[in-house]
Amino acid sequence: MVQKKQIMSSRDYILSKIRNTPRDKRPLPEIPDFKVDGELMDRFKRSLLMNKGEIVDAKQLEEFIDSHQFKKVLSLSEEFRSFSNLDIPDDAHQLADMDVAIISGQFGVAENAAIWLEERDMGLRALPFITEHLVIVLEKDQLVSNMHEAYERIGKGASGFGLFIAGPSKTADIEQSLVIGAHGAKSLRVVLV
Amino acid sequence: MNHPTKAEEFLSDGANAKWHDETLWFVRDKRDSSSKTVPEWEELRDLASRIKDNVLDYLETYLLEFEKNAKANNIRVHWAKNAEEHNQIVLGILNKHQCKAIVKSKSILTEECHLNPFLEKHGIEVVDTDLGERIVQFLNQPPSHIVMPAIHLKKMAISDIFHEKLQTEKGNDDPYYLTQAARNHLREKFLAAKVAITGVNFGVAETGEFVVCTNEGNADMGVHLADVHIASMGIEKIIPKREHLGVFLRLLARSATGQSITNYNSHFRSPDTGKEIHIVLVDNGRTEQLAREKFRNSLKCIRCGACMNTCPIYRRSGGFSYGSTVPGPIGSILSPGLDLQKHSSLPFASTLCGSCSDVCPVKINIHEQLYEWRQEITKAQAANAKSISMKIANGIFAVPFAYKISAGMMRGALKFLPDSITYSGLNTWGKQRDLPELPKETFKQWYKKNRS
Amino acid sequence: MINKKNIGLFIPCYVDQFYPNVGIATLELLEKLGCQVSYPLGQTCCGQPMANAGYERDTIGTTKHFLNTFKDFDYIVAPSGSCVLHVKEHSPTVPGLESEQYATQHKIYELTEFITDILEIDSIQGSYPHKVGYHASCHGQRGLRLASASELHETPFNKARQLLQQLDGLEWIELARKDECCGFGGTFAVTEEALSVQMGKDRLEDHLSHDVEIITGGDMSCIMHLEGIARRNKTPLQFKHIAEILNEAIS
Repeated sequence: MVQKKQIMSSRDYILSKIRNTPRDKRPLPEIPDFKVDGELMDRFKRSLLMNKGEIVDAKQLEEFIDSHQFKKVLSLSEEFRSFSNLDIPDDAHQLADMDVAIISGQFGVAENAAIWLEERDMGLRALPFITEHLVIVLEKDQLVSNMHEAYERIGKGASGFGLFIAGPSKTADIEQSLVIGAHGAKSLRVVLV
Repeated sequence: MNHPTKAEEFLSDGANAKWHDETLWFVRDKRDSSSKTVPEWEELRDLASRIKDNVLDYLETYLLEFEKNAKANNIRVHWAKNAEEHNQIVLGILNKHQCKAIVKSKSILTEECHLNPFLEKHGIEVVDTDLGERIVQFLNQPPSHIVMPAIHLKKMAISDIFHEKLQTEKGNDDPYYLTQAARNHLREKFLAAKVAITGVNFGVAETGEFVVCTNEGNADMGVHLADVHIASMGIEKIIPKREHLGVFLRLLARSATGQSITNYNSHFRSPDTGKEIHIVLVDNGRTEQLAREKFRNSLKCIRCGACMNTCPIYRRSGGFSYGSTVPGPIGSILSPGLDLQKHSSLPFASTLCGSCSDVCPVKINIHEQLYEWRQEITKAQAANAKSISMKIANGIFAVPFAYKISAGMMRGALKFLPDSITYSGLNTWGKQRDLPELPKETFKQWYKKNRS
Repeated sequence: MINKKNIGLFIPCYVDQFYPNVGIATLELLEKLGCQVSYPLGQTCCGQPMANAGYERDTIGTTKHFLNTFKDFDYIVAPSGSCVLHVKEHSPTVPGLESEQYATQHKIYELTEFITDILEIDSIQGSYPHKVGYHASCHGQRGLRLASASELHETPFNKARQLLQQLDGLEWIELARKDECCGFGGTFAVTEEALSVQMGKDRLEDHLSHDVEIITGGDMSCIMHLEGIARRNKTPLQFKHIAEILNEAIS
């Protein structure tokens, strides 16, 4: 009988190489409470401006949509359902020429204006990226101070896709000149309700 | 070609070198200001460093946990020992889906694996979608910086290549105009691609999810429109828990560009209905680096690029002078582990000023590792001429009498050698610098006369 | 109270050879501050140039000699952050002299830190009516932490400034890049000559554009490099080690 030589899989090879490396057993550090008390709203607004986002109210949003006479507007936010003139398609490719998407964010982070969204907030995963302009509706009392608090808040949430979005698509790849509107949304407006 | 030669070439265009230095200094300055708005900044660096220490100590445990959780989330997990296996795995997935064109967002790992030329050889069109990467791809160049791939180019050069490739107006070098041209061009590519490749910033063992950070949104444009998402991830990119993302995301963008966070931070946990996500876990020399105790913690790197922006050498010699996928200080401690001979000049491309270690968000002792690599390299090149002269020097310095004699000879020589010799090509110091004037007596001679 | 009576002066080899005045100034300054200092005549180089070039292992002899030369002093003081850092952190372990080596590494000080931290001198009387630009040597700055680093989020401090600013008339000049490397870097100065010189020129430009009269610092190696470039280009700047300024100002 010919003995078959067992060839180690790459997985096992890598794992065994790691196992065969003597190392310490340093424990994970505790993350202290870095929460900042005080005015979260002001910090959030300042952070958003730094990221080239804007805060608008309902009236300004209406003016924005009216004045541009956008053809394809999709609102997943109950608040602004009336602006919506299309439904979520089956395939994201059909969103290629959409003008405005209005969605609701779960909460915002004051230190950097990141807003947490999960799959169910987006309708389609591609929506916040492919739309020309993005509007996120955020409840005023849904702010946390920093990213530690943010992940505490997300907790064990198990959405297939989650996103911290902090501003419009931007690039500085040409001579470090900041350009808003690289591949994704050319603007981000946040409506605080 | 070694680093000094390429650095000299880079510096020969003085205006461009000055621009490069000032532009990167500006980014470092933004990083400094931004980090100082976070009171607990140094504490965060320390936490990040200790989390990564723990990751390296329990790497196999976290990788297995990650694999288990990712699989449970319907993500397909592949393991690659080296670049070749990584590339074959990617090709296999593309072939299975009969895919002939892909979009790829920034992934230094795929650069390290030379994935693009490999796939192109197999008839697959690869479109890099990060603006900077698309620019250098048009020029058949590698990125010169891991965060700002086209930082070595002036906008007119970009205008010229866009005119040729994207038919933009000749001479129009307005960054907004050029970016819009790229946007329209890449939009078509995004809409057409069936498979999208991304890198990975962090893989979370606890959840099996992975996080990709961009400002342009190109990674998401690619993967959400494609049917298949392939994520290439170095095995050291693992972190234990979701809560650790809080630490790393606070550090990453602030260190990289001074922003408080990247605009898009996508957490991929399971594929969308009817779609596929593949993760390729890549070793490619990482387990060897893990086994090198002195250099192990170079694997903590989160690829922010801060050490490049702060490095007085990188700023004045450009990314290409390093001749390695990852340039700059971190590249100079990673690359010798991959090919000692090829990269032997890199650990010497430093004054050991230590700025890299002080900006590093995970506190890698980069300048100390540069010093340690120097020791390894000279051991590997034991027959080198420099070694002999150094041994002689050591012999001299160890024996006071010999030191006195030789110093006296040196002083004598300096006094009587004509300028033409001290300043000739043989005397590199003297090419652009005067030598100090020789005093009439040494301190030792003075001391003997005046104090003893 | 510290014992000021048994201080060993360590003068780096190139200072001994090229800058005896820096050695003299260091000695006189310490004496003026009430110290009894002696200079062991048998001393040689600390081994740094070889170690930084990748031959640390070949400097055991040098290191052993250094330890034996200075073993009986309570303190060792040197007018060089760079050489002190080398002795503290990069000299190879000398078998059989481990405890002497440990002691040496904990009793060696760079001049300014010795004055501020060990002698705890908080007032220096003197006058020095000049516009002074300070070149922070990297090994002093980030190695010995003689001043806060611009990269770190920490309370600003600078031991050299603490001493210099007490002098009447001295104007401390703020630079655009207060702790950027000058490009000396030991063998780097010749192996990466083009870069080294460019870095030096850029540092000089920063001082010049801020109307500095005199560039000072704690390491003559950086100063030698900067002065060499300045003199070649006939740049109107003066160069002095901080020991020279302090010693001159006090007298």
